[in-house]
Amino acid sequence: MEALTDVVNAIVLLLNFVVVPGLSYGSQLALGALGITLVFGILRFANFAHGDTMAFGTMMTILATWWLQSKGINLGPLPTALLALPVGIVASIVLLVVTDKTVYRYYRHNKAIPVTFMIASMGVMFMTNGIVRFVIGPNDQRFLDGERFIIRARDFKTMTGLNEGLSIKLSQGLTIIIAVVLVAMLFWFLQKTRTGKAMRAYSDNEDLALLSGVDPDKVVLVTWIITAILATIAGTLYGLDKSFKPFTYLQLLLPMFAAAIVGGIGNPIGAILGGYVIAFSEVIVTYAYRKVFIYLLPQSLEPEGLLQLLSTDYKFAVSFVILVLVLLVRPTGILRGKVL
Amino acid sequence: MTNTRRTQLAFALIAALLLMIGFVQSWNVSLGILNLCLISAVMALGVNMQWGYAGLLNVGVMGFAALGGMSAVLVSKAPVAAAWDASWGRLFIAAVFFAATVGVAVLCYRKLAPGRQRSLALTLVIITGLALTRMFLDPAISDIESIEPAKTGFLGGMGLPIIISWAFGGVVAAGIAWCIGKVALGLRADYLAIATLGISEIIIAILKNEDWLTRGVKNVTGLARPVPYEIDLQNTVWFIDLMRWWHSGSLSTMNQPEQQQALKQFVIDGSSIFVKLCYSGLFAGVLIIILLLSIKALNSPWGRMMRAIRDNEIAAGAMGKDVTRRHLEIFILGSAVIGIAGAMLTTLDGQFTPTSYQPLRYTFLIWVMVIVGGSGNNMGSVLGGFLIWLVWIEAEPIGVWLMEAGTSWMDESNALRLHLIENAQHMRLFFMGLVLLLVLRFSPGGILPEVVSKQNH
Repeated sequence: MEALTDVVNAIVLLLNFVVVPGLSYGSQLALGALGITLVFGILRFANFAHGDTMAFGTMMTILATWWLQSKGINLGPLPTALLALPVGIVASIVLLVVTDKTVYRYYRHNKAIPVTFMIASMGVMFMTNGIVRFVIGPNDQRFLDGERFIIRARDFKTMTGLNEGLSIKLSQGLTIIIAVVLVAMLFWFLQKTRTGKAMRAYSDNEDLALLSGVDPDKVVLVTWIITAILATIAGTLYGLDKSFKPFTYLQLLLPMFAAAIVGGIGNPIGAILGGYVIAFSEVIVTYAYRKVFIYLLPQSLEPEGLLQLLSTDYKFAVSFVILVLVLLVRPTGILRGKVL
Repeated sequence: MTNTRRTQLAFALIAALLLMIGFVQSWNVSLGILNLCLISAVMALGVNMQWGYAGLLNVGVMGFAALGGMSAVLVSKAPVAAAWDASWGRLFIAAVFFAATVGVAVLCYRKLAPGRQRSLALTLVIITGLALTRMFLDPAISDIESIEPAKTGFLGGMGLPIIISWAFGGVVAAGIAWCIGKVALGLRADYLAIATLGISEIIIAILKNEDWLTRGVKNVTGLARPVPYEIDLQNTVWFIDLMRWWHSGSLSTMNQPEQQQALKQFVIDGSSIFVKLCYSGLFAGVLIIILLLSIKALNSPWGRMMRAIRDNEIAAGAMGKDVTRRHLEIFILGSAVIGIAGAMLTTLDGQFTPTSYQPLRYTFLIWVMVIVGGSGNNMGSVLGGFLIWLVWIEAEPIGVWLMEAGTSWMDESNALRLHLIENAQHMRLFFMGLVLLLVLRFSPGGILPEVVSKQNH
């Protein structure tokens, strides 16, 4: 019986520190990577400004949240930020559509090479970053309110009588649910609606799609709108789960790119898969397994070290190593995206 | 307007701006900006080699600059004898194991036929090798880090003059660039950009965490200088005499006690300007050497080959040029130049702080310099380095001043006004992005576009 409890304790430990954080971080990455992969599939360039689009959308959501809070409006146990999301979404749609009209459209009409788009996106990144820092400042902002947890570690312990507690933050639960709903809606849109089909056709073969009467301007516009929605929601969820800091969002760029490429760039399912692959690898490699093995191994074999493969500061290295491995072994990504 | 004329005009403008800052603000500020301009120009030259000559998109400038900074520490700091005594045996064994792992892995990769067996063998070799290495490295590291962690806690350096680190930084950056290039250069431009972005983040993460190497986030301060210290100058006879001679005009009008006071102030001010001038001289020397070599290289058959490869890889390959090899070559060269600049920067700062390396400042700003200055044109990169650094530095006071002027009608304690003034400095990011986009759109060649010489036959 005791052996069984030990195993259950070890499983709960892993659930608490690996599975739940991995799932929520993976969902955030997946939503971000979907935006990158859509822009890549339709507009055919790697968008360096994506991290800052997320930061911008989140910032607008935060400002709206603060305004709502000052008016005393809230959602009870749910974070007020959910109510403020539409403001952030609209603002980032405006941002992306304006940058497309003023920056990218010129290069698209002139059939510029992808590298030019990429450098232009660096300029957009600078500008967006400047705006975000100007408006909200470079520091940490917290905007989480309402209930903090779905299950608290202490309640879980008293409920089950186990040694290890399982805690699920409300933000983590929300992240997973919203990500599932959003992805389902996106796929319904891409598979079933006329515009979605046009987008897929355009991504697959531009000339053929144009011949068939697909309106390129509309496809591009819809792509930016979807990207803005995904980016704002991903950014807000990440901010609720951790905290909002403009610099962190810039750093998210690398794992998101890695997720998109690992899954197969230009392929939406690949982006989601890649998001979870990257997130779980980061969490698994940087978790210290000492306690798990204390439960699982007999006392005589108790491990001495932390049994941590890599220090948490190397999580960027993890996404990068996976990226390089995939590029070397299977350049199209796990799900056969485009070859750049 | 011909390109030479444009170059002269542009540099005259920069000189005038620096002189103006000297007269309006102070010579100290002006020379401080000039020194960083010189370093930025060297960095921009490095990026220009990769992007301008060969079309390689290196978004990992920050990593190579940080490697240069690390070299400054490793060269100039005195070795920590206690740490070496405590750990050299295990360090040696760990190094042997690591080298053996790499050797066997490479051998496996070369000798075995591609397939599942090879992947399996490679994985096995790497995992056992790294485990063995860590078995000896980990205790060695904890020994090193436990020796006076507040003061040293690392291996120290070689105790050589810091100026040697400039060359050493170039070599280290070149070595790492070789490893990266071997893996990443087969990829297309977009992937190379993302790959280099990742590598630079990893380099910074290593420098932040490997305390035994660089003290990590505890920073290394008090690096030796290649130039005299202000305090020594202030007590040196020839320097005081020099100041007396320099200011003899204004000194002669004063009486004796006033003269003493004034001279003392002149010596204090003069010493810090003198130190900055020494740095400027050194940096300018490096810049001129690298610039001359770059111009020579770009106009040589080798430079023409590079541009041919950039403009049409397939055609150049068909002409028998080894495209991958040439790319590797230029990637290493450019990275070495960035490494040199990184070492110079750390020398100027006198300290190594891994947390100060941020991609916007060390990667993307350098890119703005190259694009705005004129990619493919060496003088253009130098100009971009000067101009963008000037704007980057001066945008802050100007932004604050504009905000203050623009909001002067508001109340002194108005929250919005205070916020605007406090955050005005961040507008320079916005401004940089705007400059980059405007140049890219309306003058894609930059201020000094690439010179394409037509040869007459």
